[in-house]
Amino acid sequence: MDYAPLASIFCAAFAVAFGAIGPALAEGRAVAAAMDAIARQPDAANTISRTLFVGLAMIETTAIYCLVIALLLLFANPLLA
Amino acid sequence: MNSPLDSTVLFQIGPVQITQAIVTTWAIMAILVIGAFLLTRRLDLRPTRRQAALELMVATLDTQITETTGAAPAPYRGFIGTLFVFILVANWSSLVPGIDPPTAKLETDAALAVLVFLSVIWFGIRAGGVGGWLKTFAAPNPVMIPLNILQSLTRVFSMFVRLFGNVMSGVFVIGIVASLAGLLVPIPLMALDLLTGLVQAYIFAVLAMVFITSAIEDGARTQPNIDLALSTTKKDS
Repeated sequence: MDYAPLASIFCAAFAVAFGAIGPALAEGRAVAAAMDAIARQPDAANTISRTLFVGLAMIETTAIYCLVIALLLLFANPLLA
Repeated sequence: MNSPLDSTVLFQIGPVQITQAIVTTWAIMAILVIGAFLLTRRLDLRPTRRQAALELMVATLDTQITETTGAAPAPYRGFIGTLFVFILVANWSSLVPGIDPPTAKLETDAALAVLVFLSVIWFGIRAGGVGGWLKTFAAPNPVMIPLNILQSLTRVFSMFVRLFGNVMSGVFVIGIVASLAGLLVPIPLMALDLLTGLVQAYIFAVLAMVFITSAIEDGARTQPNIDLALSTTKKDS
């Protein structure tokens, strides 16, 4: 039996599942800190939210990398070609 | 199901394959250029309602650029504004039935990221000269040269993977849900996709600005005269 497709599908699922944990926790912390900062200093809300968006994008990149790896495993797998 | 990494080839011009994404990009470019031409054809000192709305948009863009770079917005307005508007229209083009957004394909995002990479070099050289720009790779000390080169490549790579991943995953999820659950169910997801498209366009533009600013500031730091001039202008303002 050929295990390569099976292993690829499992690994893709694991990559997305576990790759989402870290960014989710990190984004939660970032948003919580930004909320805290905005509550303390509503005047600086513009700057804070702009920095927050950029930071969230940076954090999110790790999750997106996992998604791209999963897609590579599913659709462009060199082992299955 | 079609792979999101593949692209549909519509026709060929010589050896070049013209994909659907390229045709959509051309259409968006034509719409943007013709729209901008028509909207700014008759500008007046006493603005009409249309012109006031446009001026409001440009002023918002200028404020964002100034707040991010801390400099006058004029040199960056064209590039950053075009990036933002193009990515926004491209992301939202998924609303038109039968059209896949070109930013959901790797090529388009890679091309946009290469544009940002080249513009960082261009603005860096313009601020500090070729020597000053090369010196920024040796900052803070020459040990960092390989890391700095690596960083300038990876941040562009992460930019385009981010845009691709976000837009493509939105389109992909909508496709899956539509194939499972029929007509009206994907609508909330499409609304979420609109928000993602806006945020991603904004982030791409802001990141491009941040990268350009860091290149300029590093370039200026290696030249003491400009550094002095900068610090005095900062004191004045």
